[in-house]
Amino acid sequence: MSILKVENLSKSFGGIHANQDISFEVQAGEILGVIGPNGAGKSTLFDLITGFTKPDKGSVIFQDQNIFGLRPDKISNLGVGRTFQKLKPFADQTLLENVMIGAFSKENNQKVARDKALEIIEFVQLLEKRHHYAKELSTGQRKRLELARALATDPKLLLMDEVTGGVDQKTIPGLVELVKKLRDRGVTVITIEHNINIIMDISNHVLALDQGKKIAFGQPKEIQNNQKVIDAYLGTVDAA
Amino acid sequence: MSDLNLAKQEPVFNTNKSMVYVLFGFLGFLILFPVLSPGQFLLHLMIMIFMHAVISQSWNIIGGFSGQISLGHGAFFGIGAYASSFFYVEFGLTPWIGIIIGILICAVIAILVGIPMLRLSGHYFAIATLLVGISFQIIFQRWDLVGAASGLWIPLTSEDSYYAMQFHSSKTPYYYLFLIFFVIIFFITWLISRSKLGYRLRAVRDDAQAAQSLGIDVAKHKIIAFAISAMMMAPMGSLFAQYILIVDPDRMFNFEISIIALLISVLGGIGYVWGPLVGTIILIPLAEYARIFFGGTGGAVDLMVYGIVLMIICVFKPSGIISLLPNHILHREKKR
Repeated sequence: MSILKVENLSKSFGGIHANQDISFEVQAGEILGVIGPNGAGKSTLFDLITGFTKPDKGSVIFQDQNIFGLRPDKISNLGVGRTFQKLKPFADQTLLENVMIGAFSKENNQKVARDKALEIIEFVQLLEKRHHYAKELSTGQRKRLELARALATDPKLLLMDEVTGGVDQKTIPGLVELVKKLRDRGVTVITIEHNINIIMDISNHVLALDQGKKIAFGQPKEIQNNQKVIDAYLGTVDAA
Repeated sequence: MSDLNLAKQEPVFNTNKSMVYVLFGFLGFLILFPVLSPGQFLLHLMIMIFMHAVISQSWNIIGGFSGQISLGHGAFFGIGAYASSFFYVEFGLTPWIGIIIGILICAVIAILVGIPMLRLSGHYFAIATLLVGISFQIIFQRWDLVGAASGLWIPLTSEDSYYAMQFHSSKTPYYYLFLIFFVIIFFITWLISRSKLGYRLRAVRDDAQAAQSLGIDVAKHKIIAFAISAMMMAPMGSLFAQYILIVDPDRMFNFEISIIALLISVLGGIGYVWGPLVGTIILIPLAEYARIFFGGTGGAVDLMVYGIVLMIICVFKPSGIISLLPNHILHREKKR
């Protein structure tokens, strides 16, 4: 069953086609990996789906509802969560308060929201840090904070922008495990990821972008052997 | 028991018992204060403290909680003052109802003005509020219905009257009037700060995009904060009008009111419920005594004092005087 259907989604900034006629489908319960070299339009695609950038044309169907061009908060309330590549924690508030703000999107009761936030903080394994201010946390911990905060809104679909980017090697496996556990909880995940090994490990499908266009979509194995992908992305890595 | 269950059993708010006693003791003292026959000057000083505490709390709601810097908040003070006075002068309506009318008018104006203005971000919002504040003063200077530049003279009653909210024999009734509003408005702010609305306003302030990604309608929350803030300002204008019994554009729409509201909040600590009170308790007596000390010539001496104190605070403690207090008193949950 498809949970998200994107058709001919396009966006230009001036004369630059940041996203051009991108179409793909995401099945409920899967992990879709999005890859592509820098400037391929991955983050723009996330911004278009989640409403942070207004798309020029196309359609975005989430659970049979067209969310094309809706405001970000409306899209979030429908069940599409996201994290940001450039982290945006509420710096002067504690981890618990950060996650509670997420929980308040579905809960009005203070105590219920708090309990829910605590459960999610335990899920991302930061329970002992709950009273720390966000600004005191490490990058890896702040990634977990963003994940927890987004999870607290009960998303059915979660878009994660570079979960493993900018964190040290030791913390990567834990974050990858978290993403897998998310899928086990029934959350559909779209993740932007630069590390090909991780993409091959966790994704059910992979979407490859280059210069704003879709160049390939399929199972990880197929993508790995796709000549266009190798030229655009893996090829440059090899050459470097 | 697991760590999770232990965490769930922690109190939602780590309210310190001794702090509660201190607060109630303080409140008891305020209620009994006039009984000690403190003299008219001290009563006046307390009235000014209550008024400025509320004015800066009003500013704190929009500036501190939701992070929008307003430089024209005095407009709502003036509108409140004119609303209650106008209906009393023209129709003999008791200021008690006039105050409520003023609050409602301010809420409506805040929403109407806020819808276009709060789309502006940062400095642009501040500039827009500055201009709106000045525009209101100009409007009231030219508006014949409300007495234009000479304003409204509230007809004096021959003796003290609760209906007309005029007390000539003593400042004590005014003291209690201001005290009641002070307590109510601080209590409301305290409730907001620990409510869902409070959490969401702080989210909007800290990062609007992150707030949106969590389903928060940023524009709506800013407008709610602006309206609440305006509704707190209005009754202070009304009460002040009853206190001095004259309402004119230069006094009621004085730019100084907008600036003092901001200064006190910044000094005390923005975003904290008790910040405006701390700021007021330090600044207002300082300003009043400075005025006495330097005599009638020093109309702006109090502002110079504000400036100096503010500079010291900005350099040494930018998060405000209140942040010198230990965390549990700030109603923050304890860390680590």
